[in-house]
Amino acid sequence: MIPVAFDYVRATSVDDAVRLLREHGDDAKLLAGGHSLIPMMKLRLATPATLIDISGIPQLNTVAVNGGRITIGALTTHAALAASDALRASAPVLWDAANQLGDPQVRNRGTIGGASAHGDPAADYPAALLALDATFTIAGAGGERQIGAGDFFRGMFETALASTDVLTAIAFDAAPASAYVKFHHPASHYAVVGAAAVLTMNGGTIGAARIALSGIGDAAFRAGSVESALTQVDTADSAAVRAACAGAAAGSEARSDTFASGAYRAAMADVFAARAVALAAGRTKTRR
Amino acid sequence: MNVDLTVNGETAVLDVEPRLLLVHALRDNLGLTGTHVGCDTSSCGACTVLLDGVSVKSCTVFAVQASGHVVTTIEGIGDADELHPMQEAFWSSHGLQCGYCTTGMIVSAVDLLQRNPDPSDDEIRAGLEGNLCRCTGYENIVTAVRAAGRAMRDGAARHSVRELMPLHGPTLEPPPSGEGIIPPQFQEAGR
Ligand SMILES: Cc1cc2nc3c(=O)[nH]c(=O)nc-3n(C[C@H](O)[C@H](O)[C@H](O)COP(=O)(O)OP(=O)(O)OC[C@H]3O[C@@H](n4cnc5c(N)ncnc54)[C@H](O)[C@@H]3O)c2cc1C
Ligand code: FES
Ligand code: FES
Repeated sequence: MIPVAFDYVRATSVDDAVRLLREHGDDAKLLAGGHSLIPMMKLRLATPATLIDISGIPQLNTVAVNGGRITIGALTTHAALAASDALRASAPVLWDAANQLGDPQVRNRGTIGGASAHGDPAADYPAALLALDATFTIAGAGGERQIGAGDFFRGMFETALASTDVLTAIAFDAAPASAYVKFHHPASHYAVVGAAAVLTMNGGTIGAARIALSGIGDAAFRAGSVESALTQVDTADSAAVRAACAGAAAGSEARSDTFASGAYRAAMADVFAARAVALAAGRTKTRR
Repeated sequence: MNVDLTVNGETAVLDVEPRLLLVHALRDNLGLTGTHVGCDTSSCGACTVLLDGVSVKSCTVFAVQASGHVVTTIEGIGDADELHPMQEAFWSSHGLQCGYCTTGMIVSAVDLLQRNPDPSDDEIRAGLEGNLCRCTGYENIVTAVRAAGRAMRDGAARHSVRELMPLHGPTLEPPPSGEGIIPPQFQEAGR
């Protein structure tokens, strides 16, 4: 399968990329790892006239841990995140997502920035980044701005990014009691259901919880009712955890496809949310 | 547009359209037909090569993206005169049937052992998740990777790989090198 012909340019810096996007208009697309865009171009579902390759821009492929704050450059590959001991210790929810994403070759090429910008409803990171309440740093025609995860993921293949925006970094506070679990599609590896949990623990009891789900609706979302139901739950009481996670998909319209019906996805949302909570709770240092 | 590649240690400058995929540059422009196209949809791993030392699906990389970078194909892993321990292990452990997936499988397995020289069977399976085989049922592929890992860790000569595999009967003699095995372009380039 051969894509429609296009021009190829390499951006040397973020400013250069923004300038090139403005110069080439809506027909241009950024190219990072290419592992969502190139398959779409081969199917001619995407036909950009110009590709602006940002993969060579220096300093955007780093994981920096500064006190309790973690900042990840947009060009950091899934493989680099999956291999990061610092990430594993400080925010295992994202480390889990990186390790379960796709396959080794996909992880070697794809980037967290591209995966976030693409807005695929079955992608893994959106749930983890919502649960981490991450902040996205975006360089655009009007300079730099920051957007919270809750405002970033908007719908199917839709994010807060405008056509001249470059996502440069994603930052969040350390969350050692966190986990991501996934029911992966056996062929594509994407999430049929993905559940992320970030917990604040008081001993064995949940003080506060952020729960987010991917794969179910048009975009990943926070399961607000589950978050409140989990407060004060003793995580040793697995029946109580399961009960609190009931109706996790209530805030979204679950999609049906040949692999899973909406009802099945909604049922699995409860199951995987409870598993994510149990795994996250088990990672607390102050376990009973 | 000009693409500057280092493939299996040799430099190649190609004048190509930006939409040319790396796998087609390797196969059609450079005659390195050991890299196969299976699915052409980023799923099967038959097209796996090393790009700057890490495994990638070359059907999902444009040749222009690889410009200035280093590519290793199966032909660069080893040839019939000097098999890589992984190639030898696939042969002696019967890690292939039709062979279509094998070159990509071997490149991925080499990448896996670079990162994890002593993988468990589960780690081998997970490490080869990006490569599909429609023939073998994977069992002998795992056996082969395990054997190659052992041989490479021991730093042993390639023959010891065969000794580690007594289950599969007598070892065949190496196939004659040359015609039908190595494309003529590569025979010139490789020797
Ligand atoms: C076989 C296969 C299996 C996969 N399995 C999974 C899976 O299980 N889970 C999962 O989550 N994903 C999966 N993916 C997708 C993978 O994670 C991609 O790497 C990712 O979605 C896109 O990242 P990229 O760097 O490859 O982006 P590209 O494909 O280069 O770009 C994707 C889109 O984002 C835009 N973009 C890229 N970078 C930026 C930026 N910095 N700022 C603004 N816009 C940008 C591009 O213009 C394009 O529109 C899979 C892909 C394949 C091929
Ligand atoms: S041909 Fe590239 S992954 Fe199948
Ligand atoms: S040996 Fe035939 S596809 Fe693997």
